[in-house]
Amino acid sequence: MPEGTLCNRKPIQTEESLKTLLGDTSGTQYYKQMKELDVDQDLLWSTIQKTCKSRIRTWLEICAHCGMCAESCFLYLINDRDPKQVPAYKIQSTLGEMIKRKGRVDNDFMHMAMETAWAKCTCCNRCGMYCPNGIDMGVMMGYLRGLLYAQGFVPWELKIGAGMHRVYQAQMDVTNEDFVETCEWMAEEYEEDYVGLHFPVDKEGADILYTINAREVKHYPEDLAEAAILFHAAGEDWTITSKGWEQTSLAMFAGDWEACKIQVKSVYDAMERLKPKRMIGTECGHAHRATVVEGPYWAGREDGLPPVKCMHYVEWVAEALRTGKLIIDPDKRIKEPVTLQDSCNYVRNHGLKKITREIMSYMVEPGYFIDMSPNEEHNYCCGGGGGFNGIGLFRKERNKALITKRDQILNTGAKLVIAPCHNCWDAIRDLEEEYKIGIRWSFLKPLLVKMIKFPDHMQPKE
Amino acid sequence: MYEILTGPMIWLSLSVFVIGMIVRAILYVRGLNWQLDRVAYRAHPKAGMKGAARSIIYWLIPFGTSSWQKQPVMAVIFFVFHIGAVCVPLFLLAHNMILKNIFGLAFPITLNLCIADILSWAVVLCAIALILRRIALPEVRILTTTYDYFIIFLAVAPFVTGLFARYQVGEAPFWYTMHLLCGELFLILAPFTKLSHITLFFMSRAQLGMDFGIKRGGLKGANITW
Repeated sequence: MPEGTLCNRKPIQTEESLKTLLGDTSGTQYYKQMKELDVDQDLLWSTIQKTCKSRIRTWLEICAHCGMCAESCFLYLINDRDPKQVPAYKIQSTLGEMIKRKGRVDNDFMHMAMETAWAKCTCCNRCGMYCPNGIDMGVMMGYLRGLLYAQGFVPWELKIGAGMHRVYQAQMDVTNEDFVETCEWMAEEYEEDYVGLHFPVDKEGADILYTINAREVKHYPEDLAEAAILFHAAGEDWTITSKGWEQTSLAMFAGDWEACKIQVKSVYDAMERLKPKRMIGTECGHAHRATVVEGPYWAGREDGLPPVKCMHYVEWVAEALRTGKLIIDPDKRIKEPVTLQDSCNYVRNHGLKKITREIMSYMVEPGYFIDMSPNEEHNYCCGGGGGFNGIGLFRKERNKALITKRDQILNTGAKLVIAPCHNCWDAIRDLEEEYKIGIRWSFLKPLLVKMIKFPDHMQPKE
Repeated sequence: MYEILTGPMIWLSLSVFVIGMIVRAILYVRGLNWQLDRVAYRAHPKAGMKGAARSIIYWLIPFGTSSWQKQPVMAVIFFVFHIGAVCVPLFLLAHNMILKNIFGLAFPITLNLCIADILSWAVVLCAIALILRRIALPEVRILTTTYDYFIIFLAVAPFVTGLFARYQVGEAPFWYTMHLLCGELFLILAPFTKLSHITLFFMSRAQLGMDFGIKRGGLKGANITW
C-alpha cells in the first residue's frame, strides 16, 4: 500500500482530518497502516541533498568512533550500557546509513529509525558537550526526525500535535476564544482574593506580552491565574494577546518544520501587532526553545533573534525578586530539603543556569537547597523530553528513562522538586506515580503566590 | 625510487596535503548555512568568535573539559598520541634538514633527539592502546569498522618505519624508503579520509562553539562550561 488513509506523508491540514486521526484510539490503525507505508526514496534522497550540508556531513564523516559520547547519554546508562544506545551508534546507524545508501531504505529501516529518533533520544544535546570533535548528535536526531516526518514515519501523537499547530496554532484544540474566556473566568474566580485582578487583552505597547502553553488553558487554568496574580503584585504593565498566545511547538518534536514556522510566526505577528517592550513566556522549556531560540530561524530572521526581547519566566522571576518588585515573606521561605530541575531546553541550550539558582537563594532558607548531580548545563534530561512523555507507543521505554531522574532526586534527599518546565514537571509527576519515592513537585508560580507579600491594594477588604 | 620519494614526491604529497586541507576548510565554511544550521553566524561575529575560541581552546587543554576529566585514561592516550603525531613530523631534525634542502627554509625549532625518540615510541604505544580499546570496550567495538583500523595504520605506519630506520634495523635504505612511502601516503590521503579531522576538528569545534556562543546562551552572557 503506498499511503494509508491515516498514516501517510501528508501533514494534517484540517480540523476534520485531525478529528479522524484522533478517533483512531492509541493510533492502532495508524500504526497498522505504517507497516505498509512505502518509502518515497527519491524524495528522501533529494531532501537530504538539499538540506544536509557541510555541518552534518562533516559530523558524520569525522566521527572518530571513539565512544566517548556513550557515558554522556542517560539512555545508554539506564539501559544497562547497551552498545546500541551509544549516541554515535544511534545516529550512524540511522541518518548515517540513510546517506550511505543514498536514500534507498525500506519500511523496516524506517521503523527502526523512528524508534531510534523518538525512543532512544530526547534531543537533550548532552552528548554534544562530551564529543571531542564537537559533534552534537541531538541536533542530528532533530534533523533525522524531520526526514522521518516527511515520510510519514512519526509517532501518532506527534502527527496529531503537529496537526494541531497547523489547524489551531496551538498544541491542543484550544481556540483563541477558549483562551481569552478561560483567562476571564480565572480573573472572576480569583478577583475576590486578589483585588483588581484582571487579564489585559491586546494592550498595545505594554511592557510585557505574556505567552503560554495551551495545556494551561485546557488542564491547569490556575497557572494562568497565578501568572496574573504575580504580574499584578509586581505592578507590571502587561498584556496577553487574543491571537498568537501559544508558545509551545509539538511540531518541533515531530520534525514538521513548516508547522514550526506557522506556529512561531503567529507569536511573532502578535509581537509586531502589539509592540510590547518584551515578551515573557511561561514555565516551559521547549516552548522557550521553539519560540525564542530556534523560532527566529524558522521564521527566516537573519539576526537569529525574535522581533522583541524575549525572556523565560525564570528570568522575569529573578528580576522581580532582585529588584524588589516581588518581595518574599522571610517567614514563608522554604524550610525543607528542596532541589531544582534544570531544563535542557533553556539551561543547556540557552544558558540560563545561574538565574534559577539566584531564585532559589531568595525562596529557600539557607542550607535547604540541594543541587542535583550533575547539574546546570551538564544536568540529565528529566526522562520525558523531546516528545518522549507523550508517545504511548514508547511508554515502557519512557518509564525506564525516568529512573535516571528518580535516582538523581533520591540522592539529594529532597522531598520537594522545583521544575520550571512543563515537560520536566510531567516527567517528575510520572516518576512519582510510577516509582512512588514520596516527593512533591511544583512550578515556581504556586510557590511564589504562597510566599510573597501582597501590596495593600490587592488585599481583600474585610 | 629513493630519489623520486625524496624529490618530486615530497613536493607532490605536501602540496596535496596543504591544498587539500585548505579546500576542505573552504568547502566546510561555504557549506554552512545560517538557516539550515539555525545559527546566525554573520549577525553576531563577536559572540561567535568568542564561542569558537572557547570551544577549541578548552578541548586542547588536557583535562580542560568535563569529558576529558570523566575519561582520564582516554584523555592521556589521546593527548600523548596527538602531541607526538603533530610534533615529531614537524620538528624532527632530519625532517627539517630535508625541508631546508628542498625549500631552503625550515622550522626554527628542532626536537631534541631523545625527546623525539620518546614521543615516537609513545605514539606507537598509544596506537596499540587505541586498538586494544576498540576491541575491549563494547561501546567502542560497536562503532568500529575496518576503516577505523586503516586510519590508525595510516597514522602510525610512518612512526613504525621511522623508528626502524632510526635504529638502523636490517637494511637502512629499505626502511628509509618505507618511511618516506608511508609518510607521503599519509599526506596524500589525509584530505580525502577521516584524517581530514586535522583541519575539520577545528572547523567543527568552532562551529559548535559559535552555536553555543550565538544561539544557545552566549548572547545571554552565559559561557558554556565544556
